[in-house]
Amino acid sequence: MKSTRRRWLSNCLAMVAWPEVLSAQRYARTAAKSPTSDFETLDADTAGEIEAIAAQIIPSSGGPGAREAGVIYFIDRALATFAADDRDAYRTGMALLQQKRKQLFPNSRSIASLTGQEQMALIRAVETSDFFELLRTHTVLGFLGNPSYGGNRGKIGWKQIGFEGSMAYQPPFGYYDAQVNGEEK
Amino acid sequence: MSGVVFLTTDPVDFLVVGAGAAGGVVAKELATAGFRVVVLEQGPYLHEGDYSHDEIKFTIEPGLTNDPKIQPIIFRKSETDQARRMKAIEYGRQVGGGSVHFTANYWRFHESDFHERSLCGEVSGADLRDWPITYADLEPYYTKAEHELGISGLGGANPFEAPRSKRYPLPPMPVKSSGILFERATRSLGLHPFPAPVAILSQPYQGRAPCVNCGFCESFGCEVGAKSSTLVSLIPLAEKTGRCEIRPHCYVRKIVTNDAGRATGAIYFDRKRREVFQSAGAVFVCANGVETPKLLLMSKSKRFPEGLANSSGLVGKYLMWDNGASVQGLFEHPLNEYKGIQVTRLIHDYYASDLKRGFYGGGGIDARFDYYPAGFALHGLPPEAPKWGSEFKQIFESYFSRTMTLLSHTTSLAQEKNAVSLDPEVKDAWGLPAVRITSDYHPDDAATMKWMVAKQIEILEAAGALKTWSQPFDVVDNMPSRHLMGTCRMGNDPRSSVVNPFSRTHDVPNLFLVDGSNFVTSGRQQPTATIQALAYRAADYAIGAVKSGELR
Repeated sequence: MKSTRRRWLSNCLAMVAWPEVLSAQRYARTAAKSPTSDFETLDADTAGEIEAIAAQIIPSSGGPGAREAGVIYFIDRALATFAADDRDAYRTGMALLQQKRKQLFPNSRSIASLTGQEQMALIRAVETSDFFELLRTHTVLGFLGNPSYGGNRGKIGWKQIGFEGSMAYQPPFGYYDAQVNGEEK
Repeated sequence: MSGVVFLTTDPVDFLVVGAGAAGGVVAKELATAGFRVVVLEQGPYLHEGDYSHDEIKFTIEPGLTNDPKIQPIIFRKSETDQARRMKAIEYGRQVGGGSVHFTANYWRFHESDFHERSLCGEVSGADLRDWPITYADLEPYYTKAEHELGISGLGGANPFEAPRSKRYPLPPMPVKSSGILFERATRSLGLHPFPAPVAILSQPYQGRAPCVNCGFCESFGCEVGAKSSTLVSLIPLAEKTGRCEIRPHCYVRKIVTNDAGRATGAIYFDRKRREVFQSAGAVFVCANGVETPKLLLMSKSKRFPEGLANSSGLVGKYLMWDNGASVQGLFEHPLNEYKGIQVTRLIHDYYASDLKRGFYGGGGIDARFDYYPAGFALHGLPPEAPKWGSEFKQIFESYFSRTMTLLSHTTSLAQEKNAVSLDPEVKDAWGLPAVRITSDYHPDDAATMKWMVAKQIEILEAAGALKTWSQPFDVVDNMPSRHLMGTCRMGNDPRSSVVNPFSRTHDVPNLFLVDGSNFVTSGRQQPTATIQALAYRAADYAIGAVKSGELR
């Protein structure tokens, strides 16, 4: 009954309370790149900015990443549903991120328009923040969570990790039990 | 679900608070013995069709457990520590309780668990005591539980197991790759692996279908009814008598007593948050090791100013924690551990406390995998792994199918300062005091876990792991605690215990408490079998007491 996921649970709860120091700040509105569909909670500009970060958290190197899995659609819907309490955190967190971007790259117009190297430098500047951990969590959930939440499109994330997602299995399950049962798998 | 409905003004024979692992047993026993029973359950009444393989719903959201947004929990390590809102404890909050969403490990206690004080002596800073009962007192009830619920296992395979009067009713579940690797490694080290006893059906049993190896046991409700929760095994039998009404969405705020000091029923909030009083001849509180003492502490009256059944002052004290540590191992070939039940092999070689180690404590170690895809990527990777970027992606993608866990389940010493109390300020959504948890490890608890982690690494290396890594294990990392034990401890002396050896309160003759709160020691975690054996025994005693005229 004891769980290795419990640290994750308590971390989630620690994130419930966010400092609202920057709620009044404006965040940059620049042209979004890929998301074109209608969003429930995000405007297209913000969606493009968030997606640019998500695509660095789970990049498309060596196979599909956050972009192909539709993580941004997952995040948008999450903020309308089970993660509605995190909307303020996104508002203030993204404002902080934009502020950091301007500081690091004064001539830039948006996160999405930064080069990959610049985006990574920006993430390194915020990677220990609560907001980045929230965004990272949502990106992973959007990549590996149930596809009914709008991400993990075509079960792309599950395919990447080798999770079949079936309703039932028969032994042998893996290499080592198959070996013992005299079967190769 | 449909069935008898009792009037709240018409006293039923027994009122049961909590329809979980213990409450389900008590309800079934009392109803089949001919008594009229109402069971009040905080949570909903769900069924197989309400469950799914949705990791977000059942592990990220509260799912089948308490929701701290509506029932906040305040945590502090000690009285001087700053109290914080955290999900420090977790319990199953639905009909069936924790027996619905648990991993389904079903360990009997060993004989030594009942008299460790006599075996180990005093432990400084703790209140280690013998239980007032022995293994032999509980053995018939362990057997009854195993057979009525449906437990799969192999009796006699564990050389450290206490004598059993009957075999498990069902053979063990199919072994997974983690079980094979663990078995090989532990044998090579001279240890004694055995098939995990689990409350999951390996074959059809009593009209229920067997497990389909879907892998979604821990934190999830079983979609085929193969997990032997009270929801699918005993509660239907209770309802079938026509004498048991299960009332979901009923949150009890007070056990009411009369001038003679006897319980007369309980006041609860119903689904619409209206206050209702249910009258009853006797009351069983089976609400878990946190909710039970909370309810007693809320049930103050002139006669019981410190809370009900609390003349000892010990209600809520001696909270024991869900101790243990996990170590992961990476292997060359796919294990596909996400397939099949979580645990198929374990050892009890290090179960007994051995003072030569320099501290009190011991534990069991099981081979398992209880990560789901997103949870693994977020919290299952080696601590030094990057948290984002192409290397992060490469690691979680290539490790998921090749990783297994060894989890130790270790002792938690009873310390008076570790306690459940009512928070003086914070209220829940019903306006009731929030639970405040004060808990930290005893030095021997931490020493046991550290010692055990070294053994876990040794086993994984002997199994051929390419790499091993462990999680941190501060008390906060072992959170939320799901094994809630010790807070209304059992004993013969009313000055140093809350309930007698049959789970009846010393102070209120027609009030019984049975769940993890009765525990005098923590065993080696996995408390469900012992909770249910205690529940069978308490119900048996209560039935006898009514029949002899002693309870009425």
